[in-house]
Amino acid sequence: MAQRARETEFTLDTAAELADEASASEIRGRSPWYLAWRRLRRNYVAFFFLFVFLLVIVACALAPLYASHVAHSGPNANHILETVKVNGHTEQVVSAGGVINGKLVPSLPIAPTWFGGGGRFVLGADGPNGRDEAVRLLYGGRNSLIVGIGSSAICVFFAVVLALLAGYFRGWIDFVITRFFDLFYAFPVVLLGIALGSALAINGFHHFGVSVQPGSLWIPTLVISYVLVPYVGRPLRGQVLSLREKEFVEAAIAQGASPLRIMFSELLPNLASSVLVFFTLIIANNIVLEAALSFLGAGVQPPTSSWGTLISTGRDFIVTRPWLSLAPGIAIVLTVLSLNVFGDGLRDALDPRAKVKVQH
Amino acid sequence: MAERLLEVDDLHVHFATEDGVVRAVDGVSFELERGQVLGIVGESGSGKSVTAMTLMGLTRGVNSHFEGQVVYKGKDLLNISEREFQDYRGAEIGMIFQDPMTSLNPVYRIGEQIVEAIRAHESVDRRMAQRRAVELLRQVGIPNPESRIDDFPHQFSGGMRQRAMIAIALACNPDILIADEPTTALDVTIQAQIIELIAKLKDDFNSAVILITHDLGVVADIANEIVVMYAGRVVERAKTRELFYNPQMPYTWGLLGSIPRLDRPRPERLHSIKGAPPSLINMPQGCKFRPRCPHAFERCTQEPPLENHVEVAGHLDRCWLDNEYKRAYRDATVSGGHTEAA
Amino acid sequence: MLAFLVRRTVGAVLVCAAVTFIVFLIFIVVPGGGPHGTAERIAGKNATTQNIINIEHQWAFDRPFYVQYWRMMKKMFDGSLVSYTSQQNVVSQIVQGMPATFSLTVGAGVIWLFFGIVVGVISALTAGRLSDRVITVLALIGISMPVFWLGLVARYYLAEGGMTTFFPDGEYVAFSRSPTAWFAHLILPWLVLAVLFIGFYGRVLRGNILDTVNEDFVRTAKAKGLTPRRILVKHVLRTSLIPVVTLFGLDFASVLGGGAILTETVFDLHGVGQYAAQSISNFDLPPIMGVTMYGAFFIVFFSVLVDLFYAYLDPRIRPT
Repeated sequence: MAQRARETEFTLDTAAELADEASASEIRGRSPWYLAWRRLRRNYVAFFFLFVFLLVIVACALAPLYASHVAHSGPNANHILETVKVNGHTEQVVSAGGVINGKLVPSLPIAPTWFGGGGRFVLGADGPNGRDEAVRLLYGGRNSLIVGIGSSAICVFFAVVLALLAGYFRGWIDFVITRFFDLFYAFPVVLLGIALGSALAINGFHHFGVSVQPGSLWIPTLVISYVLVPYVGRPLRGQVLSLREKEFVEAAIAQGASPLRIMFSELLPNLASSVLVFFTLIIANNIVLEAALSFLGAGVQPPTSSWGTLISTGRDFIVTRPWLSLAPGIAIVLTVLSLNVFGDGLRDALDPRAKVKVQH
Repeated sequence: MAERLLEVDDLHVHFATEDGVVRAVDGVSFELERGQVLGIVGESGSGKSVTAMTLMGLTRGVNSHFEGQVVYKGKDLLNISEREFQDYRGAEIGMIFQDPMTSLNPVYRIGEQIVEAIRAHESVDRRMAQRRAVELLRQVGIPNPESRIDDFPHQFSGGMRQRAMIAIALACNPDILIADEPTTALDVTIQAQIIELIAKLKDDFNSAVILITHDLGVVADIANEIVVMYAGRVVERAKTRELFYNPQMPYTWGLLGSIPRLDRPRPERLHSIKGAPPSLINMPQGCKFRPRCPHAFERCTQEPPLENHVEVAGHLDRCWLDNEYKRAYRDATVSGGHTEAA
Repeated sequence: MLAFLVRRTVGAVLVCAAVTFIVFLIFIVVPGGGPHGTAERIAGKNATTQNIINIEHQWAFDRPFYVQYWRMMKKMFDGSLVSYTSQQNVVSQIVQGMPATFSLTVGAGVIWLFFGIVVGVISALTAGRLSDRVITVLALIGISMPVFWLGLVARYYLAEGGMTTFFPDGEYVAFSRSPTAWFAHLILPWLVLAVLFIGFYGRVLRGNILDTVNEDFVRTAKAKGLTPRRILVKHVLRTSLIPVVTLFGLDFASVLGGGAILTETVFDLHGVGQYAAQSISNFDLPPIMGVTMYGAFFIVFFSVLVDLFYAYLDPRIRPT
């Protein structure tokens, strides 16, 4: 039983050997982002819906292509007096109406042709102007997405800035910012949006050297982002406040780091996952909000179209030509659902307390 | 010989995770007799908490897999139904946890939480249960129990909360109290009080205690026997005095050596055990402590069995080193000497 | 406790005051256009020159802004705010619309709270299994549907004048006139309004429950040997429901205060929300101002109530 007691002085070889073995069986430290990405990667459902969302964006971005090559029309082009060949027979784009067989028949735009008309009026025409609904759907989608995504970006940006300022400096800065948030919490979001939207739709905004015309897409974008800043800012502020208490922030302050540096390199990265999830979910929320405001007339103003305005104009024909309102609604549901599912998957992946999964 | 209450025999507890199978407890055995205090000592990740929770059935789940036996008064607890286990928890085996602030429900009064524990197992009317709750608070050393019983947890101090937790755990007079790191979250001065309280209550209630901690100093006082765990298995087991004066396992030396001592010459640097505990998914071959052991040699690529190597019966350890070698190097390690870098 | 109440009330009053100032900013100051332009706007589309001059005078648009603010407040509170398109008193119109709005809100609120909780609990208890996945999908679809669109679709498919005639088509019937008709006319709006919230609340509750189940005090409850049902009800639900209840308080207030504007418009219920909507399409400012303030006041009032209730539910919040 020969036992050789090892030399306890370390030579380079033994140290290297031990180190090799040690790393083979030690717990590997991995960054939380890598772990999150790995979790997200396995979530096929979330990725599928991200793909759907991107598909919607691409489709709407290609609106001009569709308009000129498939539908041979434009978003505001009237076709009242025209006819189109559908599956063989010729039909009026907008029927004349009048008294037929003793009954009063209203003037109706053409029903969806579903590509039977050679790509024209796939979803029918809207009344009473005879515009191609499919074209308007895509162009309207472009505007809805622009307002939705744009307002989210602006909203999240300002919410983050305010949350960082309030949470880091605390004191009276926090007091002022929190009062500001509280104030707007007191208004129902839709009402505030309507109030601002309608007030600005009259004349536009001409103060502080900034001049925005009433018909511009900037108005609904800014209104929506403004209205939602408290809803994103408050939870973020709470996070900043609790992060600030943690030791690594105190350590940074003790090292003499400037406030700006602390906010950027210590606080912001920890907020990043929340911000990412918020951003995704707020886009979904804003698309619906924009539709609601436009439906009521306080959002996107005609002649510019959006999914909300389309639902509104289609409302009069809900019984006879349901697709005029159904199509934009379905588009909204699809887009928003995709964002919600993906956002959900994102939140699950970024949650550090992800639960143990079952094998096989 | 006192009544044997608990016998843990070759217990294995494995969890299936998305990274692989975590072998949290990999062959642990020990016994517990009435009137005894058993200390289970180890670093985080050694499997001591999982062992304790398994004794309470709190580790059962879709992903858990158990082997071995946990025999309490003749019944194997690993095989009983969840319904049956509910009858055991609180009534036969009680448990207190590390952080008393989060372990108590913040929206209910302390009295309500004790009453709830009592009425879970005994059909006692509310008033009677309230009176017992007051008595329990008095027994754990809380002054003015009649008025404090209506307080909420956040109105208690840390030490008092832990006392209240002990009251809850002992409410139905269980025969075993499991204390999982009961003092880790408390001030040093309070620690000693709580440990003494546990020992006293063990005598008052004529029960047994399993005390789990990473701090050898905590068990030194009241434990009769100590089990040292590493990487999910027992690496040394001995009566307390024997362990402190004749430790056999280099890991134990490391634990003892890392306690700063006033009665020994001051070392140049405080000794610490190099490296980190192994991943419980990818265990090293052979002795689990080998990657960190400065005394490892070729034989260590084979896992040592848990055996008795000294004259004193009942002192088991898992190490291939022979006794002379140990004697030669042990004191140097334990007293924080210069045999290896800290 | 009394001090807390007084503090909150004072705070609420201050917020209301600030709200009025904001309304003033939004409607008088922001659109700009000078005193004449503002008066024109207030007068509405069909105003005569004399109307406009009268308004300029009454509202003091030619005077400094604090006088304007004071005048506006006076008009709001002495009930003389008049819509110039319909020549009707704004306050009385709001009061007229309140029964419909109340009926809609309370009914929908009860439905969405109840089903939201049920859905959330089922979803959490069967987490990961089929019923949970189905519920999650339905909930996600529910929160992705614009309320007004759903209402339109519901009217088209389910109400008279559409494809099927299961339900009466919109309009509000007062309870005093006919309870059954009141109920029948409100079912569809109730369900449409509730769908969105049920989905949302269910998911929030599910998340809370799954988080709470991992809390230390739930582990203690298990260690005491309590039955799973008792643990669920007394420990898990009690804690998980707190955020849901506070959320409900605020959402309820928001809907009551005119946030159901979309549902009311789509179903033609002639409540406060619809009144606001009509005023918007007419660019009729006095009613919009009136409704906005009414809505804000409701929310402030309810958030004080919610705070009190929260303190009751969570003893740590209570002022000692």
